[in-house]
Amino acid sequence: MKTQRVQERVVVTGLGIVSPLGNDVATVWNAMMGRECGIRKTTVFDASTFPTTFDAEVKDFDFTEHLTCPEQHTGCSRGSGFALGAAVEACRQAGIEIEAPQPGTGLDRTRMGVYLGAGEGSLANEAFFASIIRGWDTDEQTMDWEQSTQECLARLTRTHELEQEPNMATAHLAVLTGARGPVRSCLTACAASTQAIGEATMMIRRGDADVMISGGAHSMIHPLGLTGFNRLTALSTRNDSPETASRPFSASRDGFVLGEGAAIVILESLTSAQRRGAEILAEIVGYGSSSDAYRVTDMHPEGRGAVQAMHAALADAGLTYQDIDYINTHGTSTHENDSIETVAIKTVFKERAKQVPASSVKSMLGHLIGAAGAAEFITCILAIRDNVVPPTINLNDRSPELDLDYVPNEPRQMPVNIAMNESFGFGGQNNVVIIKRYE
Amino acid sequence: MESVRVVVTGLGAASPLGLSVEEMWAGLEAGRCGLGRIEAFDPTGLPCELAGEVPEYRMRDYVPKSHRKATKLMCRDIELAVIAALEAVTASGLVTKGIDPDAINIDPARVGITMGAGMISCDMAELAPAVAVSVTDGEFDIRKWGRDGLEHVTPVWLLKYLPNMLPCHVGIIHDIQGPSNTITCAEASAHIAIGEAAQVIARGDSDISLAGGAEAKINPFMVVRQCLFDRVVRDYDGPPETACRPFDAQARGAVFGEGAGLLVLENLERAQDRGAKIAAEIAGIGQSNSQGALYDRLEPDGRGIQIAIAKALDDAGIGPSELDLIIPHGTGVPEDDRAEAKALEAVLGAAVEDVPVWPTKSMLGTTGAASGALDVVAAAKAISEGIIPAAQNFSAPAAGGRLRIPTEAEKKEIRYALCSSYTHGGQTAAVVIKRFEEGTAG
Repeated sequence: MKTQRVQERVVVTGLGIVSPLGNDVATVWNAMMGRECGIRKTTVFDASTFPTTFDAEVKDFDFTEHLTCPEQHTGCSRGSGFALGAAVEACRQAGIEIEAPQPGTGLDRTRMGVYLGAGEGSLANEAFFASIIRGWDTDEQTMDWEQSTQECLARLTRTHELEQEPNMATAHLAVLTGARGPVRSCLTACAASTQAIGEATMMIRRGDADVMISGGAHSMIHPLGLTGFNRLTALSTRNDSPETASRPFSASRDGFVLGEGAAIVILESLTSAQRRGAEILAEIVGYGSSSDAYRVTDMHPEGRGAVQAMHAALADAGLTYQDIDYINTHGTSTHENDSIETVAIKTVFKERAKQVPASSVKSMLGHLIGAAGAAEFITCILAIRDNVVPPTINLNDRSPELDLDYVPNEPRQMPVNIAMNESFGFGGQNNVVIIKRYE
Repeated sequence: MESVRVVVTGLGAASPLGLSVEEMWAGLEAGRCGLGRIEAFDPTGLPCELAGEVPEYRMRDYVPKSHRKATKLMCRDIELAVIAALEAVTASGLVTKGIDPDAINIDPARVGITMGAGMISCDMAELAPAVAVSVTDGEFDIRKWGRDGLEHVTPVWLLKYLPNMLPCHVGIIHDIQGPSNTITCAEASAHIAIGEAAQVIARGDSDISLAGGAEAKINPFMVVRQCLFDRVVRDYDGPPETACRPFDAQARGAVFGEGAGLLVLENLERAQDRGAKIAAEIAGIGQSNSQGALYDRLEPDGRGIQIAIAKALDDAGIGPSELDLIIPHGTGVPEDDRAEAKALEAVLGAAVEDVPVWPTKSMLGTTGAASGALDVVAAAKAISEGIIPAAQNFSAPAAGGRLRIPTEAEKKEIRYALCSSYTHGGQTAAVVIKRFEEGTAG
């Protein structure tokens, strides 16, 4: 393998988001500054009898309104539609021509790639459940597979089944942008899009691409998604008060709030950005990845993997814990995550742990699962741009051991030059990215 | 940055030809076919009743005692990954927690894992009792499901089906604490994963990495989906061993299979320091995208495949005539094979007459996220054995095909082998591996 002697600096030149707090970056950021919450009763399907009856949904969004040639994306999944909307915004800001049969703007498309942390789409629920009903013999407790598969064959559609695959959001962005460089997709649960951004950064650094369209897209707001998380008892069941249900680091937190959306960022080598005269929004200086290797069902109790990922990101950036101005936590509002993340931050930040503001925007956005890390990456860049830290809302009761500065309830004006974004996923996936003001 | 060479020090495979690399290689060499009528469930009535299934195994034979309870949390994709990982790690001579907790010779923080995984379909029979109590007038009733049905779903149900649970289980068993990623680009996943893992080592973020892919698609819902995609051999009444015919004039479609392929990749210096046996070197990787008008069909000229292969050759610093073997994706779907053949012909130029192209899916089937890894394992074996086995089910090339597909086994010194893959949706990938030679940078 070729090894590059020159390491490219990697900068961010475009941002786009479709989320429960709004469908563009300015709207979402204003909402966060206004301490708004995007969590409401579930409307995507009838969840009225589930243990959790609310979620964080994208509202009033139709991807076709954002495209000139929406027919190239007919039948795409909910998550892919979000990705398209967010990508249009990010590419526009970065000055990258899209939907062009012969793309110009001086970018070699074989040097442009896509790397998303993205999830699968919803099953064709009606057909799926109907095929089980048709094949299942309750008395015998056996399945007649011929009956069942005939029902599937009759009711499933080719388009839906293809669009459900987890690589399809990436596929749609490749078609949107004409990308011919490295095009890939990963799915490491709730850490996926931070991982995608980190690995895409490494590809540009190494010289494998000049531009990477990165980020994440996901919607698990469907019957089996909600079922799965409810059965894990990972979700808040505060059905009488959805807007205060996501309360990271609060003593009364009772689980995360399932959200959906997409966040797309344009990563670019400094050389390419300068050559094109693109506006540089921030620089990515560090990335660290690790795994807990502990248990399938639980995080390592001391946050061993989280600590290792933070250390790795700092080392990669050539920084120490002294240099970080702001931590955008994973902060899910589950008992386990918020306690262990607090312990991990204390381990890494030592005597500074209580001084570094560490907030969770999941209090407002909900948990966008695969897309969460990228949405939070965008908030880090905006925090640096505006020198303001977004708050953790709904934080009114503190527990004694959760004693960091979580920036409760109000955004805070303060100098932010370097921010750390943390994402941790089921299965012990840990990814950390460090973002710096571009100088 | 110093130039880092990445080598392969261990191979593992679970495939329709057996539960080890040796069984797979022996099968490939003998031209044995791993495809047959589906046994996992009754496929009667499906347009394609064939598949490549991994032979029976007992999972407890493949996990340390400490992880036995966790086997209940494993779907079949995870099981196959764990089986192949154990073989690869054992072959490498590395002693992990899962091999022998008293003789560990790795630093867990310096070991990573990058695996390709598919979209894992849940077990319909497992959900059936929950669905059965959620029915009103013969139809699924979501309100009953939320109230009653859901309670019948096992609490950890979701964790069985997250794709990153493949590296998660392998990582827990072998105590892998370094970077971990799960690539979900269907059939292109394993090549992408191997490439990414090699780069994680090259940039110094790990010394060792497990890389590859696993997928088990032989599930009623998944088989129906493949039938809908019009990729399978339909209504085939001949013997299973002649069903899948990559690049052949009589090709009628793909046969799907299941499997897992894992490699242990290692920083060369570290591998040499511990006296590891080196199977091959990762010489080059390349990736691109097929820009089709339809997502479930390749560009007819195979341009995206061509770019990925050209990038991999460039990364390896070689020209096409230096290739001694190509293992193509070659699924047996005529129009896909045609596009891939065009891509290979374009890259090879005049060398098309010389470089042998050996498709494996006639014997292994299309094993999803495992397929690229099984091909790299096969390429590594071909290099070490100096043999290119005979292609199966290839009698006459599909119209216009110019690839040199050997129908007799060839004994040959192999220095460079290329494996290529693509998937519907567009991602394309290629990996070049090289016979290990002292002192020559890949």
